[in-house]
Amino acid sequence: MSDLVWLIPGLPFVGAVILIFGGTNLPRRLVPVVGAGSVGLSALMTLFIGFEFLTATPTAQSYQQVVWNWIEASGFSVAFAFHLDVLSLVFIFVITFVGFLIHLYSAEFMASDEGYARFFAYLNLFVGFMLILVMADNLLLMYLGWEGVGLCSYLLIGFWYLDEKNGYAARKAFIITRVGDTAMVIGLFILFKTFGTLNIAGIQEQAPQLWVVGSSQATLIALLLLGGAVGKSAQLPLQTWLPDAMAGPSPVSALIHAATMVTAGVYIIARTHVIFELAPIALFTVGVIGALTLLIAGFSALTQYDLKRVLAYSTISQIGYMFLALGVGAWSSAIFHFMIHAFFKALLFLGAGAVIAAVHHEHDMFKMGGLRKKLPLVYWTFLIGAASLAALPFVTAGFYSKDQILWLSWASEKGNNWLFLAALIGAFITTVYTFRMVFLTFFGEVKTQVTRVPGLAINISLVVLAILSTIGGFIEIPHSMGHVQMVTDFLSPVLPVTSIRPGIESSEWIIQLAAAILSIGGLLLAYFLYMKRPSLHFKIKNSIPHLHSFWLSGWRFDSLYDWLVVRPFVYVANINKNDPFNGPYNGVVRAANFFHRILSFTQSGILRWYLIGVVIGAILILTLGIWL
Amino acid sequence: MAIILPGFIVTLLLGGILSWIVAKQSHLYARWISLLTLLANFIAIIIIWIQNMKSPASGSSWILNFSVAWIPSFGINFHMALDGLSLLLLSLTFFLGILSVLISWKEIQSRVGLYHFCLLWVLAGITGVFLTMDLFLFYFFWEVMLIPMFFLILIWGHENRRYAAFKFFIFTQASGLLMLLSILGLYFVHGGQTGIYSFDYFQLLGTALAPKIGMWLMLGFLVAFIVKLPAVPFHAWLPDAHSEAPTAGSLVLAALMLKTGAYGLLRFIVPLFRDAAMEIAPWAMAIGVLGILYGALLAFSQTNLKRLVAYTSVSHMGFIMLGVFSFNEVAAQGVVMQMMAHGISTGALFILAGMIYERIHTRDIREMGGFWMKMPFMGATALVFTMATWGLPGLGNFVAEFLTLVGVWQVAPMLTILAAIGLVAATAYSLRILQKVFYGSPVVSMELTDLSFRERIIMGALVISIIWLGLFPQPVLNTSIEAVNVMLHPNNKVEASVLPSLKTGDAFSLREKGGSDE
Repeated sequence: MSDLVWLIPGLPFVGAVILIFGGTNLPRRLVPVVGAGSVGLSALMTLFIGFEFLTATPTAQSYQQVVWNWIEASGFSVAFAFHLDVLSLVFIFVITFVGFLIHLYSAEFMASDEGYARFFAYLNLFVGFMLILVMADNLLLMYLGWEGVGLCSYLLIGFWYLDEKNGYAARKAFIITRVGDTAMVIGLFILFKTFGTLNIAGIQEQAPQLWVVGSSQATLIALLLLGGAVGKSAQLPLQTWLPDAMAGPSPVSALIHAATMVTAGVYIIARTHVIFELAPIALFTVGVIGALTLLIAGFSALTQYDLKRVLAYSTISQIGYMFLALGVGAWSSAIFHFMIHAFFKALLFLGAGAVIAAVHHEHDMFKMGGLRKKLPLVYWTFLIGAASLAALPFVTAGFYSKDQILWLSWASEKGNNWLFLAALIGAFITTVYTFRMVFLTFFGEVKTQVTRVPGLAINISLVVLAILSTIGGFIEIPHSMGHVQMVTDFLSPVLPVTSIRPGIESSEWIIQLAAAILSIGGLLLAYFLYMKRPSLHFKIKNSIPHLHSFWLSGWRFDSLYDWLVVRPFVYVANINKNDPFNGPYNGVVRAANFFHRILSFTQSGILRWYLIGVVIGAILILTLGIWL
Repeated sequence: MAIILPGFIVTLLLGGILSWIVAKQSHLYARWISLLTLLANFIAIIIIWIQNMKSPASGSSWILNFSVAWIPSFGINFHMALDGLSLLLLSLTFFLGILSVLISWKEIQSRVGLYHFCLLWVLAGITGVFLTMDLFLFYFFWEVMLIPMFFLILIWGHENRRYAAFKFFIFTQASGLLMLLSILGLYFVHGGQTGIYSFDYFQLLGTALAPKIGMWLMLGFLVAFIVKLPAVPFHAWLPDAHSEAPTAGSLVLAALMLKTGAYGLLRFIVPLFRDAAMEIAPWAMAIGVLGILYGALLAFSQTNLKRLVAYTSVSHMGFIMLGVFSFNEVAAQGVVMQMMAHGISTGALFILAGMIYERIHTRDIREMGGFWMKMPFMGATALVFTMATWGLPGLGNFVAEFLTLVGVWQVAPMLTILAAIGLVAATAYSLRILQKVFYGSPVVSMELTDLSFRERIIMGALVISIIWLGLFPQPVLNTSIEAVNVMLHPNNKVEASVLPSLKTGDAFSLREKGGSDE
């Protein structure tokens, strides 16, 4: 069975190829069968292979499969090879299963769209590239998946290509992530020069022997990899593409935000954690970026009108939590939060998609309301997802995953009070914006007609994800509440266990209590502002108009980059359009023409001119002769 | 076997003449004769490739060698030889030659015979350039490919064709003359030293040159090659020539003729003038990076689709300058990949521009938009090749650019970083093509039909090639690696492996009768 590892990413590609070549000739009924079916098969393969891998005796740390030799030239050697270990297994599991549910949802959601086959082809490619990313055994193949994911995000964000705005959002997403990717690729150059290989296992083996902790080269490489990570994961300072990525269909948002793409940055840092541990400065930077991003995005989420934009900012913020966890060395907590986040964020986006489709493509939450009666199933599942995002204590999966990050951001040896404080404030904000969204959308008076009620495929996806968003948390329960450590134990062969500052373990319950209080406090505040006294939040908004618009625009990062990069580039490109290098050459041509005209003037064909010429010439020569 | 080397050229020359003659009967005959000529050559070169893949010529990088005395009193031989590098470039030449006949099938309706004559003679000249091992003969073919190309642009080009044709001609002709001076200089320096006056490449390889003389001779060659390549600031002829030429002309220019410049750098500058080349290497690499960034900047602002693609060529050829002058083996492999991949991807973009022109009779992207709706097939292929242009891993250009940059990093990290910024700029202009032409709302009142069967064959072949180069580049790399390394290390490897085998002829199939190498 393990020999078939290549099929896990292979199957979605096969699906994509069938859909591309079948195109419009493929019967419409078959499109989702191929599209969702290939990913579903891939998910089944994951189950079998994962089961076999975990139960194999003797237990293997990892499994490699070389499919073919990709590039080999004068000492540069890279194989098309896959690597399976527990870390990649978690990612594969989430990608294929959540990916499958999103495909299932799309089968209904996109059913009347003209580009049905195209949509599923892109979706399959997306899943396939993401699987390559997390299964690659070397960094170049990972880069292939990395870029492929970027390409698919571009294609899917701009899926409805008739609208120029979508095309703009798509290009923005792609070019901004490409900036990060370029940093990463430079990191690969240095890695190759240093180690003579891009094989991840090889680098991890050699790095500790070659570098001491704090080595400047390790720091440089880690920061360059981080550059790639912040691009894909939409972290500061490259976060601006994600809110605009909403231009794509809702399932695409679910896929980008939950199962693929934005988690790539988390994956690469976890995957190369050996380098990051040798570079404490870089690792600390990861934590700081995470903390700042989760706050910035959280405040922005508070002010959004567009339902999907709230979710987008919440993704940036939640990935910030993952970065924070990585930064304090809480490796497995980051992965745990990734998994839980994938469940509830997919659920929320799919729910939001169903809502938006139901109210005739209205995105503004203030124009919705009272939908809980009209869309009961969507409402309940959305509520479960929202509770998980807000980390309501004890019953939601989000509580367990986020609580762990809060605790470790303080308790870990690499943690500190400031990071902890940021995480704590972030937790409060998260609850406020989450329930603001729930109350505005599903409560209050009915403002819009429901024109479309989701059918079976959508309902199944929502329910399954809602279940996962709840029970998913019980696999890792803190010390103070029963101590289950399935995720940490599971990942321990790959990711080191977080070392905790001595003598503070007993205070874990205080942190938990604080988190629980903040979470419930946020819920109550949102209730007060948006249900009890709806006029109050308008007053607050009007009292701080500048701050509000500042947050609404995502802290003006867009205008900043517009002024710093886009405008200068376009300006220079435009004034340079006619290629000034042509100037000298045209000058030569003009000079030649000029002399040609002057000289041709002398060839007038009039005899007396020639005579005068001869005479003047003779005089000149004679004069010269006398002079000299 | 070795007779096949001049055979390639002779068939092309004869095929050209024959096409011209039979075109009076029917245009179709001319097209078919050209097609079959190129097809025969293509099959032949592929057979040679496959044969040599099975048994890699150990010890020598040369596969075939053909030499007869031509003007013995001046030491001029009709000397041709095939190694891995020329093998690859010939395959590319014949492959794209076939496509250039196919794309002209409907587009060219006037003076069809003359057109195919010119096309085949250009290709013959290019083939000669890639095969010749005698500098005199090399110069001859360098000119042969120039003149028919001039007529291709002048007669079948777009509105501003006269200007473009003359500009192209003057640029290449003037720079070629400098090369001729250098060739003669090298000939006399070598003759004065050794007493053997010869234009033979292998004879001249070991010539010891005083630094100053070496520098001047090298510059003569260099100018010819970097005008052809082209490197900024010698690129001014290219956008005009590319955008005014007929589709096949643009294809041959971009995909093949530019490669003769790259080939010249690898084949002549690097081994013949190693010291001088190394001295200017930092400058040359800087020019390469300048080309990458400047070409990308210009490509971004163009509104003429063919001109836009032409500037992307300037950008991509910068990688070749950068890679060649890094004197790094990995980067040199990247250069070879870049020649192949750029030939295919940029060729494909020019073909697409031509197909669009055939449909809507404009090259202005402001008058395009929303083509995906009516022509999804064309859109999908355009997507593949714009992806190749910005270097999506899995397509040929990525392998090329990555190998180049990873190799250059070993010697010049700062320049590598600047070149890598070019990758972001490439993304910007590539996506602009897609957006302006295929996305957005459809331009009304235009009858658009998706790719015809013939066009699908053309684009299909190109798509398969670029994916093959991206996922399985190893056959290409294996073929060229020895040849390229020999050029990079002329002192230890040429003496050790090439010249002895030239004399003993073991891995060489010397021509049995009348062959002479001296």
